Amino acid sequence: MANFTEQDKANLKAKKFLVWLFVISSFMLFAALTSGFIVYTAGSVERGIKISLPQSFMYSTAVIVLSSISMHLAYLSAKRLQFAKQQGYLLLTMALGIVFFFLQLSSWTYLTQQGVYFVNPNASQSFLYVFTGAHLLHVFAGLMMLLNAWIGKLKNIPQVNNLFRLESTSIFWHFIDILWIYLYVFLLLNQ
Amino acid sequence: MASTAIHDSAAHHDHGHHHETFLTKYIFSQDHKMIAKQFLITGIVMGVIAMILSVLFRLQLGWPDKSFPILETFLGKWAEGGRIKPDFYLALVTIHGTMMVFFVLTAGLSGTFSNLLIPLQLGARDMASPFINMLSYWFFFLACVIMMGSFFVESGPASAGWTIYPPLSALPKAIAGSGLGMTLWLVSMTLFVASSLMGALNYISTVLNMRTKGMDLWRMPLTIWAFFLTAIVGVLSFPVLVSAVVLLIFDRSFGTSFYLSDIVVQGQVLPNQGGSPILWEHLFWFLGHPEVYIVLMPALGITSEVIATNSRKPIFGYHAMVYSLIGITVLSFIVWGHHMFVTGMNPFLGGVFMITTLIIAVPSAVKTFNYLATLWRGNIRFTPAMMFAIGLVSFFISGGLTGIFLGNAALDINLHDTYFVVAHFHLVMGSASIFGMLCGVYHWYPKMFGRMMDEKLGYLHFWLTFIGAYLVFFPMHFMGLDGVPRRYYAFTEFEFMKEWLSVNAFISWAAIIAALAQVAFLWNFFYSMFYGKKAPQNPWESNTMEWTTPVEHLHGNWPGEIPTVYRWPYDYSKPGHDKDFIPQTTPLSQTMSSNLPHDFEGNVEAEKIQAQWKSEVKPSAAKKKA
Repeated sequence: MANFTEQDKANLKAKKFLVWLFVISSFMLFAALTSGFIVYTAGSVERGIKISLPQSFMYSTAVIVLSSISMHLAYLSAKRLQFAKQQGYLLLTMALGIVFFFLQLSSWTYLTQQGVYFVNPNASQSFLYVFTGAHLLHVFAGLMMLLNAWIGKLKNIPQVNNLFRLESTSIFWHFIDILWIYLYVFLLLNQ
Repeated sequence: MASTAIHDSAAHHDHGHHHETFLTKYIFSQDHKMIAKQFLITGIVMGVIAMILSVLFRLQLGWPDKSFPILETFLGKWAEGGRIKPDFYLALVTIHGTMMVFFVLTAGLSGTFSNLLIPLQLGARDMASPFINMLSYWFFFLACVIMMGSFFVESGPASAGWTIYPPLSALPKAIAGSGLGMTLWLVSMTLFVASSLMGALNYISTVLNMRTKGMDLWRMPLTIWAFFLTAIVGVLSFPVLVSAVVLLIFDRSFGTSFYLSDIVVQGQVLPNQGGSPILWEHLFWFLGHPEVYIVLMPALGITSEVIATNSRKPIFGYHAMVYSLIGITVLSFIVWGHHMFVTGMNPFLGGVFMITTLIIAVPSAVKTFNYLATLWRGNIRFTPAMMFAIGLVSFFISGGLTGIFLGNAALDINLHDTYFVVAHFHLVMGSASIFGMLCGVYHWYPKMFGRMMDEKLGYLHFWLTFIGAYLVFFPMHFMGLDGVPRRYYAFTEFEFMKEWLSVNAFISWAAIIAALAQVAFLWNFFYSMFYGKKAPQNPWESNTMEWTTPVEHLHGNWPGEIPTVYRWPYDYSKPGHDKDFIPQTTPLSQTMSSNLPHDFEGNVEAEKIQAQWKSEVKPSAAKKKA
C-alpha cells in the first residue's frame, strides 16, 4: 500500500467522478424516454397507460429502497474497516437486487395477463416495457458492480481500491434506486 | 485539488518503463497521445472515403445523362451502364453525411484534439481513465468498420438520409437501403455513441480533476474550454439519440408502433398503428442540433488558440470567448424545433424556437468579432494553420449569416429541404469545422509526430480547398432560393430544375478540384511523418504547456515534475518583455519588467515586491532616457 502515490489517489478521484458523469448521461437517457412518452401520449386521447399499474411495482419499490440502505451500510462498514460486515451487506444488497429483478419480470407477466403487450397500437403501453427494461439493464450493471466489489475484497485488494469500488458502486446503486422511484412516480402521475 | 497532481520523479520512473510491445504501443495503446493519433488517422481515412462518396454523387448531379463506364468497373450493379442508380445515390448521400458529421468531425476532431491537448495543455500525465480512453477508440474503430461493411451487403447501405427519419428507416421493406444496411447503420451508430460518451466522460473528468498546480479554470487555454463544453454537450445529448434508436430498433425488429401508423406498403396495410413519426424528429433533433455544436465548438477553440498565437496578440475578450461558448452550449439544447418548422408544429411553439435560434447569433457574433479584433493590427504570421484558422472565420461568417434566414420560421417554410439549407450547413458547420480540424493538424503536427509539415504544400492545399469550397457551396444558395429540393437524384426530371444543370456541372468540377487538392494534404501528412524537417520544441513560440514537453514522446508527458502554471496562456507581445511570448510556466518573478497590477490577482506580498523592484529600476531607466 505504501506505493500509493498522491497521483494515484488523484486518479481515483477522477475515476469516481466518471461514475457521476455516467449517472448524468444515464439520467438523460431516461429523461429522453419519459419526454418521448409525454410527447407521444399528448398526441391523441386514444393514447395513455389506461390501466392501473401492477401491484408488484409497490413491492419492488420497497425492495430497492431496502437495498439502498444495505448498500449504504456496506459502504459504512468498509469505511470502518469492518470487512466481514461489508461483505455481508454486499451480499444482502445483491440478493435484494435480484429479488427486485424478478419482481419487475413478474410485473411484465401481470401486464401481459391484462392484455397489455409490448407490441401494441397504443405505444404508451409499450413504453411501460421500455422504461422497466432499460432500468433492469442498469440494475444488471449495478449487480455486476456489486459482484466486482465483493470479489475485490475476497482477493484482498488494498483498502484504497476497496473503498473506491464501494464508493462508485454505491453512487451507481443509489442512482438506480432514485431512478426507479422517478420512473414509478412518473408512471403513477400518468396513470 | 489540482495541487495533488504532483508526482515525484522517482515513482514515475518505475511505471514509465513497462515492457512495450508493438501491440501495446501502437494498437491497444492507453497513452493519450497515441490514441489521439489513432483517432486522427482513422478520421482522415473516413474523411477521404466520405469525400470520394461526395464526388460520386456530384458526378450524377453534374452529368445526369452521361455514362461513366469506369464507375461500373468499381461499383458493379450499383452503376450499371456507368450511371449511378437512384438507390445507390441515396445511399451515397446518407453515408457521406453520417461519416462526415459523426466519424470525421466528431470523433476525428474531438477525439484527436481533446485526447492530445487536454492532458498536455493542463499538465496531466494522462486521462482520468486511460483504459476507457482506449475502449473509446476501439468502439469508434468498430463503428467505422461496420459502417463500411454496409457497402458490402446485397441491399446496400442505409439510404434514409443521415437523419434516418421513420417510416422510411423503420420499415425494412420500404427501400433497399432500409434493409440490412439500415440495421448495420444502427449498430454502428450505437457503438459510436458509446465511444463518444466514453471519450466525453473522460474529457470532463480530466479537465475538472487533473489540472496541474496553478492551472485554475480561468487560466485554461480556449481550446480546453471548447473541448470541455463540447464534452458536456455530448454527455447530455448523445443518450437521447440512444433512446430514439432503441425505440426505432423495436419498431423495426419487434413490431412495436412508436413511430409507425397507417402505413400501406405495396397495397398491403401494415399492422402498426398509433405511432408518431414526429416523436422521432423530436428525439433525433434534441441530439441533432447540439451535435452541430459538438462539431463546431472544438474547431472554434482550436482557432482561438491558433489566431492568438499567430497574431502575436492576446486573444481579444478571453472571458467573452468563454461565456459565448457557454452561451452556445446552453442554447444548443433549446433550439431543436427549428428543424421541424414544417412538421405542423404549433405556430406559437415555432415562434419560441425561432427566438431561441436567433439568439444564438449573439454569442456567435461575439466570437467572430473577437477573432477579427485579435487579428486587428497583430504581427500576423501566415503559417498554414493560421490560414486555415482565418478560413474558418470566413466560413463561419458567410454560413452563419444564412442561419439567420433559416432560423426564421416564415422563411424556413419556403427554404426547408432546399439547396439553401445544404449551402448553409456545409459552410457554417461542414467547411468551418473541417478547416478548424485542418488548422489543428497543421498547428499540432510537430507535437504529434515530432516533425514539421511542408509549408508550401500547406498553402497550396489551403487556397485550392478554400476557393473550391466557396465555389461548391455558394451557388447552392441561389438554387435553394429558386426552390430546388435537396436529395433529388436527377435534375433532368423536372422542367424548372433543368436550367440549373449547368450550375450543377460547375459545382461538380469545383468539388473534383477541391477533392484533388486534398492529395497535397495527404502527401504532406504522410511524407512529413518520416521525412519532414525535425521539429524544435516550441516551433510556433507558443505559450501553452504542451510545448514545454520534450519533442520525443514519453509516457507521462513530462520527465520529472509537472511544471506549475503562473499565468494565463495569452501573454503575447506583452509590453516591457523582451520576447513576444511568455509561456504559462514562467513565474511572474522572472518577468518583472512586464508585470501589470492585475497580474497579481490581489496578492499583496507580490505587489509589494513588484513596487519595490519598480522603485529601484525606474530611476535608472529614467536617467537612461534623459
